[in-house]
Amino acid sequence: MTVNEIKEILDAEIICGKDCADKEVHTACGADMMSDVLAFVKNQSVLLTGLCNPQVIRTSEMMDIICIVFVRGKKPDQGMIALAEERGIVLMTTSHRMFSACGMLYENGLRGGTKC
Amino acid sequence: MLNDELHLSYQILGDDFTRAGEASSDVKHKLKMMGISPETVRRVAIAMYEGEINMVIHADGGTIDVIISPSEVKLILKDKGPGIADIELAMQEGYSTAPDNIRSLGFGAGMGLSNMKKYTDEMDIETELGVGTTVTMTIKI
Repeated sequence: MTVNEIKEILDAEIICGKDCADKEVHTACGADMMSDVLAFVKNQSVLLTGLCNPQVIRTSEMMDIICIVFVRGKKPDQGMIALAEERGIVLMTTSHRMFSACGMLYENGLRGGTKC
Repeated sequence: MLNDELHLSYQILGDDFTRAGEASSDVKHKLKMMGISPETVRRVAIAMYEGEINMVIHADGGTIDVIISPSEVKLILKDKGPGIADIELAMQEGYSTAPDNIRSLGFGAGMGLSNMKKYTDEMDIETELGVGTTVTMTIKI
């Protein structure tokens, strides 16, 4: 699944990283606790989260996460956007709630990756 | 690839949650530039980032020394925080002493130390109550 397909499925708005819309995403992770995200290494992941602070970008950077989707219409501030742009991470926001957003991606074939 | 050892040193500020992770980010970038495999770079970055966050949350900051040799990366995290009362308990997934405001920031799930151990080849914790904690982690290249 590409970043652009995620955007379409979730009816999301890309906040930054539009030029990476063709990037392939292999797995997804939905979490508000960043240590849970850090516990499972996956390649080329998208992170769905309701948390909206700079550590979401930092965590994604450490994990080589390609794209972050903020659920329930949350929008990152300028500092977070600048950090994401610097690291080449796509940020998008969707009005869907966490459970629905995860379900929509799953329904379209995206999976959570292998068990740890 | 480098032939000699490279030493990097970082001062971590306590209670500055916005800047937490800057040191780990810098190390990740430098290791990547050295041509070290993405998998190894990620393991170092995650272990150091968890440690850095721990220092900010629990110990009012500290210092992180990074020693990069051709065969391994050594991370030495030293703080003058409260110390760890029960290391075995602290190592358990889900056990945390972090306050609620930290949890609302996305940390304090009790995964930090276990994640650090999981991603490193060796981890050693020296701690004394009221004096501080030193965590040494080694990741083989």
